[in-house]
Amino acid sequence: MIKTVGGYWDPIIWIIAFIVIFILAYMIRAIGKKEYRKGEQIKPFLSGMEEPSKEAVHIRASNLYWGFVEALKSYYETMKKMHTGIINDYVAWFVGITAIIFIAVFIVGII
Amino acid sequence: MIYNLPFITVVLLIAIGMYAIIFKRNLIKIAIGITIVESGVNLFLITLGYREGGVAPIFTNLPPNISPEQIPEKMVLPVPQALTLTSIVIGVAVLALILAFVINIYKNYGTLDANKIRRLKE
Amino acid sequence: MNWMQHLPAFIIAIPLFAAFLTPLIDRINKKARNAFVLIAMAITFILTIILFKEVLEKDIITYVMGAADPTQAIPKQAAVPIRIVLEIDGINAFMALISALISLIGLIFSFAHIEERGGRFYTLFLLMVVGMLGMELTGDLFNLFVFLEIASIASAALIAYEFRRGSTTEAALKYIIISSLSALFVLFAIGLLYGEYDLLNMAAIADAIRTTGLSNIDKIALILFFSAFALKAGSAPMHMWLPDAYGEAPGAISMVLIGVTQASLYALLRICFTIYVDSMHVIFPAIIIILGLISIFIGVTMALIQEDVKRLIAYAAVAEVGYILLAIGVGLYGILNNEVETYARKALQGGLFHIFNDILDIGLLFLVASGIIYITRERNLNKLGGLAHSMKYTSILFLVGLAAVAGLPPMNGFASKIIIYESVYKVSPILSIVAILGSVVMLAIFVKIFHSVFTGPKITEYREVPKLMLASMLILAGLIIFFGLFPDVIINNVVNPAVNALIENTDYISKVMGW
Repeated sequence: MIKTVGGYWDPIIWIIAFIVIFILAYMIRAIGKKEYRKGEQIKPFLSGMEEPSKEAVHIRASNLYWGFVEALKSYYETMKKMHTGIINDYVAWFVGITAIIFIAVFIVGII
Repeated sequence: MIYNLPFITVVLLIAIGMYAIIFKRNLIKIAIGITIVESGVNLFLITLGYREGGVAPIFTNLPPNISPEQIPEKMVLPVPQALTLTSIVIGVAVLALILAFVINIYKNYGTLDANKIRRLKE
Repeated sequence: MNWMQHLPAFIIAIPLFAAFLTPLIDRINKKARNAFVLIAMAITFILTIILFKEVLEKDIITYVMGAADPTQAIPKQAAVPIRIVLEIDGINAFMALISALISLIGLIFSFAHIEERGGRFYTLFLLMVVGMLGMELTGDLFNLFVFLEIASIASAALIAYEFRRGSTTEAALKYIIISSLSALFVLFAIGLLYGEYDLLNMAAIADAIRTTGLSNIDKIALILFFSAFALKAGSAPMHMWLPDAYGEAPGAISMVLIGVTQASLYALLRICFTIYVDSMHVIFPAIIIILGLISIFIGVTMALIQEDVKRLIAYAAVAEVGYILLAIGVGLYGILNNEVETYARKALQGGLFHIFNDILDIGLLFLVASGIIYITRERNLNKLGGLAHSMKYTSILFLVGLAAVAGLPPMNGFASKIIIYESVYKVSPILSIVAILGSVVMLAIFVKIFHSVFTGPKITEYREVPKLMLASMLILAGLIIFFGLFPDVIINNVVNPAVNALIENTDYISKVMGW
């Protein structure tokens, strides 16, 4: 058990709680609906069309989170512009940050 | 004023080197820029240890006009010299490594232009 | 001769000596070379454990290089330390333990796939370990610079190890240029401090700054140190070299490079918490916190759009550095405001525990990614898929790393992150909000890797990764699960001494100065 600022964290208690809740959930699930037909109800329904093969519908990495990236498009455009991959720009960022800290420290020091 | 001259040179050297690293797109020029910055820093260290009219800090090889009582005052500081030597050696190693990389990049990319050497980006 | 007395020197000397003996043994026999390197590294690791126990049981250890009496930091005729002094307190021993552990695991992984030009590889590897451990054990500023350069040169050469792929050399060139420039900044700052105080020993400089107060030259030196070490630690927005270097490094080197960046993080800690803490302006912790927040944000968002598997994990590593910086900044802020017991101690506890967790979690993910690249010769996420069919163990190990790095309970990442969330909340709720959001996106990132690499229909039949690779991953996964289930054991025995060393900073100074 470790103490945090607001309370405590004990993984053992968490695991016990997890197991208890899991068993409860499993029991509720086991009650279930009697008219469930195995095998038939898990098939996808695509407006009566044939289901494409699993190989054809596997989503590739760059299409995952497409919506998220599309929503933040302007942010990502700026970010891509920032990460130019040119060594001179890396050094410029470094020197620039150093200069910003200089300005911040010495102006705050004067005030 | 005349004793500030080395420090002014230090600032100038570092500024010139930084300019070369940030604004020059040729990899060889960037390597030269790093060497110039390094020379500036080394000059700074050496200047810190200088005393007006000081001699080299070797006890067994003193000039005859210095009496043993004057020894610490009449010698330049030995520590910055040791630091500078170490720093020069490290600088040579770094420069050799950079140039080796530049040669390999030229073989693979066919160019030394930093704007075109950006397969790794974003 | 008392061997225990010379313990700190041995930790640096053994890998250094072994590094230059490796090419010779490589000429004779490859198997003997591997055994030799492994034994040297194992001895170093065992010595760091002994050193850690010594520091816990006794007190701060000082070791004067080349002196007749290595315990006497200040010679009889002098008022200040003159020789190079190694000084080890809780935080040094903690960092050295992490570095040695991770190097040993990385070495076991490397045995599985480094065949051609192995002699050079292991020489550079051991030199990198020397650089890391030296930075973490030394009490002398110039010595710190020398070890920083040793670590940079060795790791740059290792990044370019697969030099036939041009992009590795590009990454190595960027790394060496940026790190040699930052090392020159460090050297310039050391020169400034030397010119002002005629001192190079960290404890002596801290003592001098304490007595004379903070001058403008000290401030300039602090800023130069600060930005140079923040760059080397990989904090955004100076992080651009890090994904290049981590992404292109061969095999386990990506993982051991985290150790090199954390050695720089240690230097940052030492400079902020020991040398400057008494007269520091509150703007510095603010800058550390801001850099941490930017790192978390940029790290997770940029990781989301990466397509190269190692590069993606490298961006996640930037975010992890952000968590550590956030916790350290809050800890420093608390110390400056005299709120050590309310939240600063907890924040530092979380931050230092997260240093350990970061290297274990991200390290495991890097090892899995390296194993996959080794087997499939493919690093693009869009072209991988269905590997769980043929690599069952690797995919389970990846799941462990995924859960740990995203901070899912009951893994170790959650234990350290919950301490960080709750302690930074005391300074500002915004900090915890950004930290928790970063964690959520982190989960999304690794689900992306898991989905695209392991799940889906089988594309090609592959074999499982070599046994040595699996063994090193298993060690890491075992440590992760142990740390997750018993965080109190680690925090009480390993992290708390380091936290105490950071908070009670006068011990470090008084041990050398003798007051």
